[in-house]
Amino acid sequence: MARITLENLAHSYHPDPQSEDDYALKSIDMTWDDGGAYALLGASGCGKSTLLNIVSGLLVPSHGRVLFNGQDVTGAPTTDRNIAQVFQFPVVYDTMTVRQNLAFPLRNRGMEPAYIRRRVAEIARMIGMEDVLPRKARGLTADQKQKISLGRGMVREDVNAILFDEPLTVIDPHMKWELRTQLKTLHRDFGHTMIYVTHDQTEALTFADKVVVMHDGQVVQLGTPEELFQAPRHTFVGYFIGSPGMNLLDATVRGTVADLGGHSVALRADYGAPKGRVQFGIRPEFVQFDDSGAGLPVRVRRVEDVGRHRIVRSDYNGTPVNAVLPEGLPVPAMDARVSFVPEQVGVYVDDWRIAPRERAV
Amino acid sequence: MDKTHDNRAWFMVLPVFVLVAFSAVLPLMTVVNYAFNDTFGSNVFFWVGIEWFDDMLHSERMWGALKRQLIFSAVILAIEVPLGIAVAMCMPKRGVWASLCLVLVALPLLIPWNVVGTIWQVFARIDIGLLGYTLGQMGIDFNLGQNAAAAWVTVVVMDVWHWTSLIVLLSYAGLQSIPQAYYQAGRIDQASRWAVFRFIELPKLKGVLLIAILLRFMDSFMIYTEPFVVTGGGPGSTTTFLSIDLVKMALGQFDLGPAAAFSIMYFLVILLVSWAFYTVMVNLDREDMPK
Repeated sequence: MARITLENLAHSYHPDPQSEDDYALKSIDMTWDDGGAYALLGASGCGKSTLLNIVSGLLVPSHGRVLFNGQDVTGAPTTDRNIAQVFQFPVVYDTMTVRQNLAFPLRNRGMEPAYIRRRVAEIARMIGMEDVLPRKARGLTADQKQKISLGRGMVREDVNAILFDEPLTVIDPHMKWELRTQLKTLHRDFGHTMIYVTHDQTEALTFADKVVVMHDGQVVQLGTPEELFQAPRHTFVGYFIGSPGMNLLDATVRGTVADLGGHSVALRADYGAPKGRVQFGIRPEFVQFDDSGAGLPVRVRRVEDVGRHRIVRSDYNGTPVNAVLPEGLPVPAMDARVSFVPEQVGVYVDDWRIAPRERAV
Repeated sequence: MDKTHDNRAWFMVLPVFVLVAFSAVLPLMTVVNYAFNDTFGSNVFFWVGIEWFDDMLHSERMWGALKRQLIFSAVILAIEVPLGIAVAMCMPKRGVWASLCLVLVALPLLIPWNVVGTIWQVFARIDIGLLGYTLGQMGIDFNLGQNAAAAWVTVVVMDVWHWTSLIVLLSYAGLQSIPQAYYQAGRIDQASRWAVFRFIELPKLKGVLLIAILLRFMDSFMIYTEPFVVTGGGPGSTTTFLSIDLVKMALGQFDLGPAAAFSIMYFLVILLVSWAFYTVMVNLDREDMPK
């Protein structure tokens, strides 16, 4: 088990990177605490798998260092890192039985046969494959194979970290939930450092204590699920997390007033006079329909019933404004007005959230 | 769709029948004919039943040739298969060098058998051959015409030189088709190089290796031209393999009856071995399928 530190890490798949765009990973500084459960969340191609492969040593980064417990392992081969990794698609050793597959990492470490037997039985129980242990792995279904891959990842007790690269892609939905719960339990029981790559926010938010949101080769925010929801540091986080994502409206901010193209909205604090592309961000959960006639005029396009609540999709001068309508509230008319919960408004300049100069009274 | 049934359609298969008859059945039947008859010339034949087969089965000469043949096939397989896999694993996986290596490796396969024989015949000669002369100067008696060991070494090395490439190419293709993820998983699971070979590469190569072994076995079992050019089957009959013996018998001594019986048995042995290989291959595949 280890604390993993990434120092000024960058990686390019080009042999001779010319510009910023050639980098799959752009300057990452981060520490993952020993025993933490982290999720790496981001859209496909944002560099999260690259980052994972650098941690496990399958890739050597172009710049920067990787430290395990303060020890530099940047150039160390995967075998020496004692790290487990589960890939997106199942990898099983075809000619071995399920039991041999699970025992393989332990046998490679030269563990005692009695210990191996005990440990394999434990893992098999956890992934629910006790009855197929003597079977050849080759004939199994994709999700059974993936469970073997997961089992192989978890079988070593002394690993520095367990890395998961979208491991539940090929698993059935009901099994997904079950396995995720088991991973959680495993984490609680054994306290391994776990890093879980996914593009599914539900997976990330339920699995992890801390979520690392990546966008375009950069880490845009590291925080607890609450932090990501309440105060996204970057418009990408606002947009990517939440369903639907944060509403972002172009605005001109002067002190405590945001001008949303002809309509002024009061802010809870003084933001000064930011330059660049200024955006006004508010989560749909904090958009309310306002009968007083003072709110922002929007045109309602569509209402979606998603069970517990309804999502009202509307737009303001062509910019979409979504609102979450709690159960029981009436559906607004086509031309409605909305207001925003002032404490939940964020101001973004060139995609990054800015802090107010001082708290408003 | 409605199908019209008209048995006259069988006539359309006729050309194939005629072709196969002329190319395979008739020549084979001639051999069968000789195998069960004897003649004193003038195209007069009389029936002898299985006498020639009986003769052949009790012929020390035939058993000797068969034994040499089996040893030869076993030896070249034992050398070529591991060597071919090893060479394939050492070859670059991509880039200009990969293409260059492939071309170089494939070269021996493009050389006609008798040319290969000639090359090695000359190469091994003690008077003008680089190999034979050099060994001679080093005090090693390497005389193809008199030394059975020298003859065997030359024939085996020649076959390895000529045909290892086939195994290399097949193994290389097999290795290329292994997804990178398996190697990555192997590294994650801290597998040794040997474990990676044993549990990742070898299982994935199984299919192509069976084909390769089958091809090499068949080919070596029927080998004729190369050893004939190099040693002519000698010294004595130490490198007289089945085909060479057969030709000696049929054309050298004009013993057509025994030679025909020999041919048929030779053919049946090859058929049997191919069938055995095929069955093994199919069963290996089936064994791993879920029940």
